[in-house]
Amino acid sequence: MITTQRSLSGSSQSPISPSTQPFLSVSVTDPVKLGNGVQAYISYRVITKTNLPEYQGQEKIVIRRYSDFVWLRDRLSEKYKGIFIPPLPEKSAVEKFRFSAEFIEMRRQALDVFVNRIASHPELQQSEDLRTFLQEDEENMERARSQEIGIFKKKPADLMQIFKDVQSKVSDVVLGKEKPVEESNPEYEKLKHYIFELEDHLAEAQKQAFRLVKRHRELGQSLSDFGKAIKLLGACEGNSLGKAFSDLGTKSEMLSVKLEKEAHNLLMNFEEPLKDYVRAVQSIKVTMVDRANAFRQQCELAETTRLKEISLDKLMLMRSERVGEAEIEYKELKADSEEATKRFETIVRLMNEEIVRFQEQKTSDIGLAFHEFAKGQAQLANEIANAWRGLLPKLEACSSSHT
Amino acid sequence: MMMGSEKDVGLEETQIFLPREEMENLALDEPFIAKSYGGDYRSAMSSLSDDHHPLSSSSASVITDGNGNDKSNGSDPLHSPPSYRDFKRNPSNLSENSFLDPPPYSNVIFTSFSGENGDSGNGSDPIPVSQYLKISVSNPQKEQEISSSLAPGGNTYVTYLITTRTNMPEFGSESGGVGSEFAVRRRFKDVVTLSDRLSDSYRGFFIPPRPDKSIVESQVMQKQEFVEQRRSALEKYLCRLAAHPVIKKSEELKVFLQVQGKLPLMPTTDVASRMFDGVVKLPRQLFGDSGRAVDPYEVVQPAKGGRDLLRIFKELKQSVANDWGGSKPAVVEEDKEFLEKKEKLHDLEQQLSNASQQAEALVKAQQDIGETMGELGLAFIKLTKFETEEAVYNSQRIRAADSKRIATAAVKASRFYRESNAQTVKHLNTLHEYLGLMLAVHGAFSDRSSALLTVQTLLSELSSLHSRAEKLETASSKIFGGDRSRSRKIEELKETIRATEVNKSVALREYERIKENNRNELERLDRERHDDFLNMLKGFVLNQVVYAEKISNVWAKVAEETSGYVKESNSN
Repeated sequence: MITTQRSLSGSSQSPISPSTQPFLSVSVTDPVKLGNGVQAYISYRVITKTNLPEYQGQEKIVIRRYSDFVWLRDRLSEKYKGIFIPPLPEKSAVEKFRFSAEFIEMRRQALDVFVNRIASHPELQQSEDLRTFLQEDEENMERARSQEIGIFKKKPADLMQIFKDVQSKVSDVVLGKEKPVEESNPEYEKLKHYIFELEDHLAEAQKQAFRLVKRHRELGQSLSDFGKAIKLLGACEGNSLGKAFSDLGTKSEMLSVKLEKEAHNLLMNFEEPLKDYVRAVQSIKVTMVDRANAFRQQCELAETTRLKEISLDKLMLMRSERVGEAEIEYKELKADSEEATKRFETIVRLMNEEIVRFQEQKTSDIGLAFHEFAKGQAQLANEIANAWRGLLPKLEACSSSHT
Repeated sequence: MMMGSEKDVGLEETQIFLPREEMENLALDEPFIAKSYGGDYRSAMSSLSDDHHPLSSSSASVITDGNGNDKSNGSDPLHSPPSYRDFKRNPSNLSENSFLDPPPYSNVIFTSFSGENGDSGNGSDPIPVSQYLKISVSNPQKEQEISSSLAPGGNTYVTYLITTRTNMPEFGSESGGVGSEFAVRRRFKDVVTLSDRLSDSYRGFFIPPRPDKSIVESQVMQKQEFVEQRRSALEKYLCRLAAHPVIKKSEELKVFLQVQGKLPLMPTTDVASRMFDGVVKLPRQLFGDSGRAVDPYEVVQPAKGGRDLLRIFKELKQSVANDWGGSKPAVVEEDKEFLEKKEKLHDLEQQLSNASQQAEALVKAQQDIGETMGELGLAFIKLTKFETEEAVYNSQRIRAADSKRIATAAVKASRFYRESNAQTVKHLNTLHEYLGLMLAVHGAFSDRSSALLTVQTLLSELSSLHSRAEKLETASSKIFGGDRSRSRKIEELKETIRATEVNKSVALREYERIKENNRNELERLDRERHDDFLNMLKGFVLNQVVYAEKISNVWAKVAEETSGYVKESNSN
């Protein structure tokens, strides 16, 4: 549970006393399986504590399910173009894994992080949809959710398109062609390349981290099996040697448990943050698509407006009676075009702020993940060393006992 | 990777343990009577060529340092064991032993616990010079058979260079002298012959089993790979023979290692020719000339092949009678102690097999985690490089620095996993070795039971000969004036009985001899097994401790360097 104590406006230096400092703190807890068979799903308890006036009261508890979170994400994506919407954990995995304790815990953690990032974002935290999500009872929530399904889905085709655009842009430049509908902002181009390549690198790191988790489990299993076998072998020997075998077997089994524990720790505190990083990068790509669309719209409208202006002038010269109509159309187009331009420019401005925030946030997030990783590994290795070291004196005592 | 330096280093270790053995072998006894064994199964663990190492760098992940240089050779424990130099006790022992023989350094560590900086073995060891017998197998070459068969061009086969270095007097060196080196070329068939002849001569001993003929593998595998596998197996086999206190002094081994040219040991004749032999002899034996007793010398050998067809039938009949017949045979395996031991060994074998399997699985798991750690490190190296190059914001540079720390630590840890595992392989190899030894034990026990069967068969024969003689005498005594034909028969029978009695004595003596060999070998097995297992445990545990500490330190440092992020997240 992450508590945000930042002031909403962003200027954190004003001398407000603690009791009146605005805060909004959310936690996602207590996953419970509901329903039966194919329809079964997990519900979560979402607890909101706040002193903000827009909210009904100091504390509110609601029950939400995964698709409610998806709804919130989609609404925010639609309304806040230009902002990197915090990513959601993926939709369910393989069927039988869906209700495993580990998966549920991973998801809960990710959902908690998701909501808190929204609650601590200077713009997003003011969203009405957020308030709906945090406060409405389940019935209203469901109604809101069923109205919106499908409308705001981001098509994967768009993401592919932007990737192709990046590629073709490069080749076009090489071939001397410039597509007119693409921004020619070198800094932005650099950013696009960066984001795409970053995703690849991160995905690779995350893949290895996931494998490492698996390896820990496998090592734990084989240590357990080995321990058992060694104990049985020790039973064939007698006296102190047999005891030594037995002790070794026991240690081995004990370490197997520790390895399993570390595997879980690695999964939650290292692999998941890396996965989250990848998702965040993917969210940026979504924003890039929005930006490209906005740019294209702006250009198209600007072009259409220009053509309309030309035809209007022509009509005026010809003193056609359609001038009036055309003038109205032109004025509408001009307004639309200006709006499109404003939308685009908003996205650009927001993105510039967001990217700075993103880099800083990621450095802390990943820095913490690195720390947890290193700490976990150091602790594990330390425990292993201690466990085995404890055996040495016993083994030493064995040597002298037999001729 | 051929022999050369590591091999020499590896074989040095037999030196350390021979002093004790030498003391016990000073009294030279007659052959076949128990000697006190001080031999060393441990030395059977000769060098593991790195090519067969499960961790050899055929794996996809190559561990690189930051500059992308392959570090796998640099960390090869056979070349540079820096970590063990940290243990400053007995550096000379350490450098000699390298990592081919795990126990010595652990002995070293343990003796230093008691404050002594001594070698293993007592300080007051009076034996000035230890004996050694070092064998290496190398240099496989293709050769042509000078064909006597119909096939044109003849068969090709592979020969191996067998190099021996020894100062044992049996091989012509002066006792306590400098020692000599010599080499011969042998083919696999020669090894089979050697193994067969040893089985014949050393009944009751735990003779190390020879490498398989691997006929399927020789067809299926790549030629080079197969030859290398065989070379390595041959070397291990010969070294195990050299480690056996009795067999290392055998005439057969000596001849195999020393005599140039054709191996002067009688090859196991193929069954066909023996069958032919047997066919000639069989009618005489079957038709009435049953007075023909088996030669005493042959009684000392188990029945096999065509010549002994008759004997095989007789002994088979006897063994069936043992199993199904109403009466107990005259001599049975009564040695309770032996039967108990046998039972225990059976148990041991099962548990060894299980433990050996689990050990392999453990090694694999350790290897895997090391590999994945390495790949993780590599992924972060790439990420670091990327972020550094593309950095626009300071936060990126900081992140790149953090990711570099993780990458470096992961690569280091990966290397430690690999090094540690190389040691684990060697330590746990003791399990595999003893499992292989169980085969030798089976052989020795079956020598015993077949010798017993021979005795039982002869006793039955004697008993039936006696009863026939009795019958004839009774019948003959009823005829007044004597029965010339019957008398003649009685005389012949008495002759046969006398000869059979001789055989029976020889067979009984042989059986006792084999029992004695069994007993001594069992004692040796128990003693050596205790030591070897203890060393295995010590070595394994110590290795785990050392490397776990190293890995822990690597990560503790990074945890320290990144501890700032914890405070950050808590204050938010």
